[in-house]
Amino acid sequence: MAKSTNPFVTPTARVRGLGAAKSGTGHFWLSRVTALSNAILTVAFVIIVLKLIKTDYAGAIKLIGHPVAAILMLLFTLSAAVHMRLGMQVIIEDYIHSEGKKVVLLALNTFFAIAVGVAAAYSILKIGFAA
Amino acid sequence: MARTSPAERPLSPHLQIYKPTITMMMSILHRITGAALFFGTLLVVGFLLALASGKASFATAQAIYGSALGKLVLFGYTYALFQHMLGGIRHFIWDTAAGLERETRFKLAWATLIGALALTVLVWICVLVG
Repeated sequence: MAKSTNPFVTPTARVRGLGAAKSGTGHFWLSRVTALSNAILTVAFVIIVLKLIKTDYAGAIKLIGHPVAAILMLLFTLSAAVHMRLGMQVIIEDYIHSEGKKVVLLALNTFFAIAVGVAAAYSILKIGFAA
Repeated sequence: MARTSPAERPLSPHLQIYKPTITMMMSILHRITGAALFFGTLLVVGFLLALASGKASFATAQAIYGSALGKLVLFGYTYALFQHMLGGIRHFIWDTAAGLERETRFKLAWATLIGALALTVLVWICVLVG
């Protein structure tokens, strides 16, 4: 925002290389790749949850502790964490126009996504190694 | 001399100008369900944390998730998951530059909504009956 009022930078120079997004197609591509993995892993996630609701504590530990289920849950939660960070980033950039507020929210968005991913991964691994 | 400040341009018309269409609604729903799933992930993490923390916390989680309010929230999460997933598949089709014709667009939008509702009901039949 501040750059647009700089009289020494022409509009062409401002746009060249940077543009409004300040990055290339990396964000778009990663959101599509994780969308694909999310769609596939959601099927596994739904099946695991449907099995999970019929079990007690011991059954749930055994189910999530199974290597295949544990790995699928790890992939699902981590893929979702990356994808939701990208998505929320776009929402923040669309609606928050104050630069300071935007920077803070973008940082919090990253913290939240990493915290969610780490908490899920730690829990799944703990269950898996204990089972 | 090159102009150095951006020109005053007219703003494009926004939401309140247009008559609502199904494609518009599905676009808005895609963003809303995406944001809902962002926070809904806490439901998944909360359950995994409870299971990893031991029998007592697992019982607490089961009581919360199994309550009437808990089930309502989980029903909403299920719908958001499928709505956003099918909306994403719709975007994949558009990424290949296919399905952008007027009629196809409307059909895809309706398919997204009906498919998401159908999958949600199907899953919850499995939950409640199975």
